Amino acid sequence: MSAPAAPSTPPAPAPAPAAPPVETMTVKVNGKTVQVPKTMPDWQGKPAPTTMLQAARIAGVDIPHYCYHDKLPVAGNCRMCLVEFGTPMIGPDRKPVLNEDGTPKIARSVLPYEPGTARGAIACATPISPGMEIYADSKATQQMRESVLESLLINHPLDCTICDQAGECKLQEYSVQHGKAGSQFVEAKVHKPKAVDLGPRIVLDDERCILCTRCIRFTRDIAGDDALGIVNRGSYNTIGAFEPGRFDNNYTLNTVDLCPVGALTSKDFRFKMRVWFLKETKSLCTSCGTGCNITIGSREGVIHRYEPRDNDAVNGPWMCDSGRLNYRWIGRADRLKEVLRTSSGGPRERITWNAALETAADILRRAPQGGVAFVVSARQTNEELFLLKKLATHTGALTDSVPREGDPDRLLVSADRNPNSNGVRLTGMAFTEFGFNLLKIADGIALGRIRTLVVFGEDLTREGLGPELLAKLDALIVSDILPNATTAAATLLLPGAAHAEKRGTFVNVKGRLQRFQKAVEPPGDARPESEFLQELVQAVTGEEPARSIEGLFNRMAAGVPAFAGVEWARIGDAGVTVQL
Amino acid sequence: MPEPFKLILKNLDEPGYTPDIGCYQRHGGYEALKRALAMPPRELPDGKKLSPQEALREDVKASGLRGRGGAGFSAGLKWSFVDRRSGKPIYLICNADESEPGTFKDRQILHKDPHQLIEGMILSCWANDVKLAYIYIRGEMPHGAKLLNQALKEARAAGFLGKNILGTGYDLEIHVHRGAGAYICGEETGLIESLEGKRAYPRIKPPYFPAVLGLYMCPTIVNNVETLCHVKHIVLMGPAEYAKLGTPNNTGTRIVSLSGDVRRPGYYEIQVGRVTLGELIFDQNFGGGLKAGRSLKAIIPGGSSSKVLKAGEVFKLNHKGADGQMTKVDVPLLDLPYDFDSLQQAGTMSGSSAIIVLDDSRSMVETLGNLSEFYAHESCGQCTPCREGALWLAKATHRLCHGEGRKADADYLTHIAQNIQGRTICAFGEAASWPVLSFVKKFRDEFEAQGAADEAAHANARGSVRPAAGSLPTH
Ligand SMILES: Cc1cc2nc3c(=O)[nH]c(=O)nc-3n(C[C@H](O)[C@H](O)[C@H](O)COP(=O)(O)O)c2cc1C
Ligand code: SF4
Ligand code: SF4
Ligand code: SF4
Ligand code: FES
Repeated sequence: MSAPAAPSTPPAPAPAPAAPPVETMTVKVNGKTVQVPKTMPDWQGKPAPTTMLQAARIAGVDIPHYCYHDKLPVAGNCRMCLVEFGTPMIGPDRKPVLNEDGTPKIARSVLPYEPGTARGAIACATPISPGMEIYADSKATQQMRESVLESLLINHPLDCTICDQAGECKLQEYSVQHGKAGSQFVEAKVHKPKAVDLGPRIVLDDERCILCTRCIRFTRDIAGDDALGIVNRGSYNTIGAFEPGRFDNNYTLNTVDLCPVGALTSKDFRFKMRVWFLKETKSLCTSCGTGCNITIGSREGVIHRYEPRDNDAVNGPWMCDSGRLNYRWIGRADRLKEVLRTSSGGPRERITWNAALETAADILRRAPQGGVAFVVSARQTNEELFLLKKLATHTGALTDSVPREGDPDRLLVSADRNPNSNGVRLTGMAFTEFGFNLLKIADGIALGRIRTLVVFGEDLTREGLGPELLAKLDALIVSDILPNATTAAATLLLPGAAHAEKRGTFVNVKGRLQRFQKAVEPPGDARPESEFLQELVQAVTGEEPARSIEGLFNRMAAGVPAFAGVEWARIGDAGVTVQL
Repeated sequence: MPEPFKLILKNLDEPGYTPDIGCYQRHGGYEALKRALAMPPRELPDGKKLSPQEALREDVKASGLRGRGGAGFSAGLKWSFVDRRSGKPIYLICNADESEPGTFKDRQILHKDPHQLIEGMILSCWANDVKLAYIYIRGEMPHGAKLLNQALKEARAAGFLGKNILGTGYDLEIHVHRGAGAYICGEETGLIESLEGKRAYPRIKPPYFPAVLGLYMCPTIVNNVETLCHVKHIVLMGPAEYAKLGTPNNTGTRIVSLSGDVRRPGYYEIQVGRVTLGELIFDQNFGGGLKAGRSLKAIIPGGSSSKVLKAGEVFKLNHKGADGQMTKVDVPLLDLPYDFDSLQQAGTMSGSSAIIVLDDSRSMVETLGNLSEFYAHESCGQCTPCREGALWLAKATHRLCHGEGRKADADYLTHIAQNIQGRTICAFGEAASWPVLSFVKKFRDEFEAQGAADEAAHANARGSVRPAAGSLPTH
């Protein structure tokens, strides 16, 4: 092997060492031969013997299931995944028995006490063995499925027309695919509590519950709060909270996602919207540095819900309740919607974007080196920060950002409550420790050295730069989304866009570079910051704007060492990890 | 005339026999333990050496001892499955939950001769390197739990339990745990969950085979009370002598709980397979026959879960001739030897060895109604087919018992039961469906007649044949 040439750009992350060859075995699914690994990740990601369900997936066959979930311990209680199977027959000499054509003879699974009747195994928990044949569509398998569905439906209220889950319900879906039209059931149904208040965010309909225990396992084994359980016995089994009304950990809403039927509903979303009307947009949660991947559900410009979007590199299938419910501010009536300018001593006037950007460019072009400072939020996107950095460099400005800290938890929530602190660091807008320069900036303003302050997304009056100090500036250029004391003091106010209203990228606390898409339009005159910042950079430095967010990102990747070699397209929906 | 054979029951009903350690030792108690613990390693003909513990494990295998709790699984084989390489502790649990309807044998030992069980347990624990064992006793037997605790205290004081047992350096502790009051707590993995302080939801197998992932996810042996008592006698008699009791593959003795329409209901110990069902019901030494003027209608031969046998049935059983050839021979119901294999070949099981005799005064419909209500009440509700099916069966049989039956209910019941058996997490699914399947199959005319009569009555009453849906009183 020859020595690699000296890198001119920072080296791409070293390729992972060649993985050891995966041990496989051969099984048949619905007659199709597939090679499958002997072990596959279990719910915790640890290697475990490959199950029939996993093997079937590799063969492209989805075995219906309710209680099984990739990220929860296996329960095996719903029995929906029962499948008929066969294994190679072994002769008295411990050697496989062969058919005339030399192929191994397969013994179909039968009940030991009734050899004429097929025996099913639950695909979700039964390991495969070499030569096993899985009959996921055989008559016997279909009959088992039909009967499980029949059992699930006999005591079900069948109130789909008023159920929030309608359209996303696995009971509806499987009944259409695998059920029989009618049941022979002629008895009275079991009645159970309806509209049970489980906790501040969750309502339970026990009659709709199919007792799959996904919610129990999630809160016990993932959230670490053993708050839910089953009371009573047999057909009267009922889900309940340990203390009624107190199912209130910060992850309860995940049980609504997990519930395969409409038993658990979100008080926030209940009866608000039929799910099939919602437009879905891939985005990120911005409430902390974890950067949970989300899907925004919106309709006609209004956001109705956030849901977690699966990403094993970040949040798995989960997100916290506080992040999930933190979307209403985007639609607040008092959003900043107008471009405003205050001439010295005069009143605030509404102006055009062109006029505003001309004003800003003029100020920044004339400013002496060191006469400008920038304070930018770690809620801004990488692209925006990259453009702001250009302006800061051009003006020789001091820059900084504002820390936002809270208590971390053991699952997802990060102590860093900013979504893009690493973006701020990687673009060079602040040091490891945020707020380091704030004092210097305050001094500079007080001493009259700094006469222009550019603020993006932070209220500096809460960071020790009070209105009296800000009043000393010649120009206070502010971009934000919601009004605060700093936007009130701005001499030039540029209304920006919430992340749901634009495209861009963040880098989470672990160095995951992730992108998000636009779900809704910004209100009034508000615009995505990267758009108007490009125009401002052009006016100040003469640099041509990129035509698209993709182009802008790729330009940034060439300029920011950590992003070297990454392209917008390569980030994909799951993001890429960059060197911090 | 065959006689009861008292091995386990030898002392406990003798006049003056008390459950304390003094009495037990006066009757030779703890001699088996002393003998076993003093045993030198065993040299095998091929030069291999077995530790005394390994030797006892081999002896239990050689004795042919089969589990007395229900499934009749070889005790020695079960012990051999225990994962001894995991580095985790190995636990032993005595299943003293005895809840199968019709069964009342273990409680005789628990209440009258607790030291016999404890000696059997200490031996079994020693043989399996167990340092901590539990007796899971049925919640409804508080007095038994008290007696056991007293007996354990005595055994500890006498140096048979605790640290450095009989000076050998072997330590063992046994704790009594009272059950939570449900039939399902007797299912071994439900029992383990219950012992761990959880709801007695049986575990899925795979992966949770107790021998590998049992109590606290450690290798665990679960044996029935009676099974563990036998270990003491295997030590005393030696496996070869012990295996001469009973019949090949069905060795030793069993305590039969005989109930129902016989003159002398009670518990009788027999050599397995040396007494027939007919003898158990009719002989003066056992059931003493039916009540005057009654004739036999049916036998539930192995606890309420076993498939019912109908008077007059004839079974084809394997028979090994003098030449070693296997042939099939016809065996009428009352000539069935009472053992594991014969009952299995007759399409049922000896289960917990509880025989319930039904005479011609009994309605099979009502009997099934009673059983189905029990199973609906006791289903733990974890898995769909049993949770929904068991109550469905109970509602249907309840209708039949209360004038709301339909002729079609025979098929209806069969349909429901067939969708339970073999599809559940634990064998309760079979327990709930087998009575239904066998009752309807063997007494179909009775079910159809009941349904037809109800339909006719309704047709007369309101010109409609379709009954309103019946319902069970909720608990
Ligand atoms: C529903 C159900 C209830 C059971 N109840 C008991 C019981 O009360 N006592 C018992 O010894 N075994 C009971 N068993 C059998 C146990 O699961 C287990 O097989 C037995 O304790 C093993 O002991 P053995 O091998 O010594 O027979 C039950 C099984 C099932 C499926
Ligand atoms: S509430 Fe939903 S998730 Fe919980 S057990 Fe019932 S069906 Fe399953
Ligand atoms: S953990 Fe953080 S990123 Fe994830 S949902 Fe909660 S607040 Fe949002
Ligand atoms: S078969 Fe019945 S008792 Fe056994 S786990 Fe399933 S519901 Fe519970
Ligand atoms: S998915 Fe529920 S038993 Fe397998």
